Amino acid sequence: MLENIFIDPRLWHIVALSLGVSISAVALATLLGMPLGAAIAVTRFPGRQVLIVVLNALMGLPPVVVGLFIYLLLSRAGPLGSLGLLFTPQAMVIAQTILVLPIIAALTRQAVDDAWREYEEQLRSFGVEGLRAALTLLWDIRFSLLTAVLAGLGRASAEVGAVMIVGGNIDGVTRVMTTAIALETSKGDLPLALGLGMVLIGIVLALNAAAHLVKEAAQRRYG
Amino acid sequence: MILPLRVEQVTFAAGGRAIIDGVSLDIEAGPSTVILGANGAGKSVLMRLMHGLLQPTSGRIAWRAAGPRRHQAMVFQRPVMLRRSALANVAYALQASGLPRTESAAMEALQEVGLAHVAHRPARVLSGGEQQRLALARAWALHPEVLFLDEPTANLDPGATREIENIIKAFDAAGTKIVMSTHSLGQARRLGDEVIFLHQGRVAERAPVDRFFPQPASAEAAAFVKGELPWA
Repeated sequence: MLENIFIDPRLWHIVALSLGVSISAVALATLLGMPLGAAIAVTRFPGRQVLIVVLNALMGLPPVVVGLFIYLLLSRAGPLGSLGLLFTPQAMVIAQTILVLPIIAALTRQAVDDAWREYEEQLRSFGVEGLRAALTLLWDIRFSLLTAVLAGLGRASAEVGAVMIVGGNIDGVTRVMTTAIALETSKGDLPLALGLGMVLIGIVLALNAAAHLVKEAAQRRYG
Repeated sequence: MILPLRVEQVTFAAGGRAIIDGVSLDIEAGPSTVILGANGAGKSVLMRLMHGLLQPTSGRIAWRAAGPRRHQAMVFQRPVMLRRSALANVAYALQASGLPRTESAAMEALQEVGLAHVAHRPARVLSGGEQQRLALARAWALHPEVLFLDEPTANLDPGATREIENIIKAFDAAGTKIVMSTHSLGQARRLGDEVIFLHQGRVAERAPVDRFFPQPASAEAAAFVKGELPWA
């Protein structure tokens, strides 16, 4: 009965929504988190060490807490309630962006910090500092940064708590792989749950394999 | 003209230890200056202070006139190549200095150091000697008034060293002031017009090359020249 599950359009709808939400969240978090991480790496200001510790700690944000926080913001009585975003895919994207942003920013900060140690004198000798230095470093270590993006995507696609709370697990609207697995398991519909689980693991494996190959090829090409 | 560079009573301390200890000197346009000294004498730190990569703990470092950054360039013992082609590395230096990022200018610099044939190869896969020549090409493209070289051949074999030395001579011939640190007596003789001998963070002696080697005036320099000769 497991083979029939893969021709079930419900399953593929859920997979598509999951990927849409998680990829959007990771794209947003990358756009915001990479410059943030790079800026922290190449500048020196009071409180920088504290910020780094906080950023690293935020990598372990519990998804349900993020979900609750976004829920409060978006609920009808909340400050952003008038937007009417609660229980929509957009709300899920917002929650996952918050969840993934510290991961991408912290991993980028670490990678750029290491690169800055190597490049600093050379770039400062050229008169390149601050934002320009950060952009140069980001571009130069772009293949290493794939790892940060992947870590973010892994986190986003695997978490249940945040999307469950702000999405509401509404069939056909906000039901994603992880929330569907949780629900189907509790309902006893194990084939759908297992099928989704296999798709989820397959996606994560494929992404990591692709990233590994790109990184290897880049290493050979650019040294 | 940004030269002369005046270093006045400069001290640089790190970890409670004075690495540069009350150094005063003028760097004038013209003759190539070699900063000579044993490992740990403070050569690299002095070069970085002059190039503005380090700030003195006390004292003053002043150019005659403030000029754009590109009027001075520095080549390090271990060059840092950007992950892009050799040509793009030179283009980056041009752009960073606010010069037009033209391919012809970048190519001309590569030709000058004999790397035109690897212009489109990734810089990081070049050999150590080629990378150091590429670092010199990045400096060449800027036509700096002063070129600081921090032990530029310390990691290279004799063949690559000779190539680098020839390029340094070309800079000198083109009118760039050379300020180079080395611990190699042979290199100091081949490339230097005058020697600043550093010992434990102080200038122990400053003399023209043809006087420094036969008759070092200070005891420290005499010991260094004598001790080093077998390996020079």
